[in-house]
Amino acid sequence: MPSHSFTLNGKPVTVEAPADMPLLWVLRDLLHVTGPKYGCGVGVCRACTSHLDGEEIQPCVVKVEDCQDRKVTTIEGLADGDTLHPVQQAWMDCDVSQCGFCQPGQIMAAAALLKRTSHPTDADIDRIENVCRCGTYARIREAINKAASEITP
Amino acid sequence: MDGFETPTAGSRPSEEAADAAPRTALSRRRFMVYSLAASTLTIAAPLGCDTSTAQGATPSAAPAASDVLVTGTDEEMLVLEVTAANKVVVRLPRLEVGQGITTAVAMMIAEELDARIADVDIPLADARTRGNQYTGGSNSVSSLYGPARALAATARARLVTAAARRWRVPAWSLRTRDTMVIGPGGRTATFGSLSASAATIRRTSVSSKPKPAAKHKVIGRPTTRIDARAIVTGEAKYAGDVTVAGVKPTVVARPPTIRGKVVSVDDRAARALPGVRAVVRIPGGVAVVADSFHHAFEARDALKIKWAPGPLAGLSDAAVRSRLKAAVPRLGTPPSGSTQVQGEFEFAFVSHAPMEVLTAVADVRAHKAEFWFSTQTPMEARDAVASAVGLPASAVRVHVLRGGGSFGRRLNYDAAIEAALISKAAGRPVKLMWSRNDDIRHGRMRPASHHRIRASHKDGRVVAFTHSMASVSESSEGKGVVNQAAFRGRLSAGPAPSDSGLYNFGRISGDWGGIELAIPLGAWRSVDSGTMRTAEEIVVDEVAASLGQDAVEFRRTTLRNKAVKAVLDKVAAAGQWGRSLPAGHAQGVAVHEEYGSCVACLAEIDATDPKNPRVTKVVMAADVGRAVNPRGLEAQLMGTAIDGISTVLQAGLHLDRGAVREGSFADFHWARQRHAPLHFEAHVMPAKGDPGGAGELGVPAASGAVANAYARATGTKPRRFPLNF
Ligand code: FES
Ligand code: FES
Repeated sequence: MPSHSFTLNGKPVTVEAPADMPLLWVLRDLLHVTGPKYGCGVGVCRACTSHLDGEEIQPCVVKVEDCQDRKVTTIEGLADGDTLHPVQQAWMDCDVSQCGFCQPGQIMAAAALLKRTSHPTDADIDRIENVCRCGTYARIREAINKAASEITP
Repeated sequence: MDGFETPTAGSRPSEEAADAAPRTALSRRRFMVYSLAASTLTIAAPLGCDTSTAQGATPSAAPAASDVLVTGTDEEMLVLEVTAANKVVVRLPRLEVGQGITTAVAMMIAEELDARIADVDIPLADARTRGNQYTGGSNSVSSLYGPARALAATARARLVTAAARRWRVPAWSLRTRDTMVIGPGGRTATFGSLSASAATIRRTSVSSKPKPAAKHKVIGRPTTRIDARAIVTGEAKYAGDVTVAGVKPTVVARPPTIRGKVVSVDDRAARALPGVRAVVRIPGGVAVVADSFHHAFEARDALKIKWAPGPLAGLSDAAVRSRLKAAVPRLGTPPSGSTQVQGEFEFAFVSHAPMEVLTAVADVRAHKAEFWFSTQTPMEARDAVASAVGLPASAVRVHVLRGGGSFGRRLNYDAAIEAALISKAAGRPVKLMWSRNDDIRHGRMRPASHHRIRASHKDGRVVAFTHSMASVSESSEGKGVVNQAAFRGRLSAGPAPSDSGLYNFGRISGDWGGIELAIPLGAWRSVDSGTMRTAEEIVVDEVAASLGQDAVEFRRTTLRNKAVKAVLDKVAAAGQWGRSLPAGHAQGVAVHEEYGSCVACLAEIDATDPKNPRVTKVVMAADVGRAVNPRGLEAQLMGTAIDGISTVLQAGLHLDRGAVREGSFADFHWARQRHAPLHFEAHVMPAKGDPGGAGELGVPAASGAVANAYARATGTKPRRFPLNF
């Protein structure tokens, strides 16, 4: 079986896996990194959202071979040690989460958005596709705006 | 079919009186508290109906409960333990699915113990053998409010008494704060350091009664979820994240039609694939156990299965709708000389679609079994999995895990039963996950329904209101025929349509009908109210229009209950009811009362493109008696606003020749951020009395307000939901 090396949350990892194995299952089943969640497996719900070289991806539709020598960041790698990323902190301050299942993906999507656009407009936020079945959207919007003003006052 | 009629307003008890009664009874209840033999302070209070023995007893007549020492089981109790490490642990016999029950209970405990909320742990209890472990009906807070506080107040009294003895000072001179007892001169002792001595104390030197509400510092204060950090760091564990030695990912190949059957299976290609551990036939399809979900899905897709069509093959929406329409009982004759406002309303099937698909870990051995999954009914689930694999229930342990949403879906334990069968056949622990496709195509759903509603008015007043409905119910055999008897049974047992004494509408009547189909259904957040009351609130708007009255003013003058009027007034004021809006935009309101609580919703919609409307603003107000955590209540209301937007405007399931057409969130159009209101606000009415229910409360009001806003913006009469389908 081919082996694949990449950086996962700041640490080098090597896994044996079929080349076309989706990154989501490599993370969850082989590396036991379970922050990225399965919600559809087809790139629609965005519960698995993580970062590849700092940009948003849906690991359920990214093959492990496409991560070779690149940097994969999951929700587990977003904080700086015990210091939460401003998006995570804003999520806590606004008490965004309900069941929490979509939230790792929501947070990773928001963090990627803020990297692209320091002060997103309502239209930018509206373009986030991540489903929240519990309906926390209003607090997500509030938290993104809060994090934006904290990162770039 | 039996109908029902209630006489006119005068002889009905007012909603206020009916409402007040249970709350007063709850306040008067005395909760017995027991000691459990342990080396640390461990006490227990009975849950649920056990309290009825003490109901109505005057406080002085109640036994000195904390003298009772119980050494037996804690099965029916809520148990509180103060650990030596200064943690307060309460194993909760309820499920957390996002509704915030663990946070609400932690707040009750922190309040009465004067503990820091961070020192309170609320793990979920394993399935028990007795007592009430059911999560549903929006009853968790109201059923736990008494026992949880009684328990913590007793624990506090014991800890203070222990400190007084240790320091040889009068107990009354001591205070409690931040999980500590504070003595004269500022000396302190943590609860943990006092726990062992407190465990031996039977008679306390200070009161063990819960605080009066006026003294509450934690209850009623907006509080962040206790698991907020675990969630935002990805540490929160759901069933799919559980690791058990040797457990293998498992998926099931399911039939193209609902409840189709395997005729034959050729699994040679699948078995030959790498990482495949077992292929097992179960009633729902063919399971593949593999080294990863990737391997499992690949092997599933390599199975060559011949399917027999399910019992509904050939049945599509059009037929279901016409059968439902035909099953709605007749409305009867309206009062003579009255003018009629009437409508027929149709609601499509709706998936629960919790974000976390059904997942269950099962480890079935020869003489015992162990399970990990999220369930609202752990005791029934344990009995069901035990009988599925031929073990006595006593040999089965069920660990209850937090759920990634439920909305009623986790009342059923379909995945656990399948996991049990697969684990037994494969002879190893399995982690069964339903795919999103499985969830939407074979999962459960809110039944489709048809409603016929008529309001009769005369001389400017509604003199009669009648609502007949029919909904689909699930038949196990798949007879697919109307079963009159089943519906008559339901009529006497359940709430009847339009039994909403909500309005002074003269003679209220209604009737149920229905059809049975072999289709997996389940209670969906707010159950029948989500459709019935939504349709009724649309008719209320149409009656107001027919009488030339404003929708808010008409409700104000016809609502019976002051509390409902108050929430309506709140949203009308906060949401600036009647403000002028551009063409194609409009406001809508609706109210609802249930679970000892009431709610109003005002929605603003931009329907300039009626096929692609956007709810731009939602204002809600709720009176739940007492909101333990107003921030949690606001979150629940926010969620129900999205339920209303989704189910009224865009999200539903089609039945196409015995199969559900939708398969993921790509075509089951649950609201995304771009459909959510840009502005949401919730108002929590001032506390009075004890908590009512809140989790499901908002659905009918939000749905009604969205529908009424859409009607006003487009000049149409909304009749079929979802409107854009
Ligand atoms: S699981 Fe990856 S987008 Fe749904
Ligand atoms: S918090 Fe439950 S799905 Fe978003």
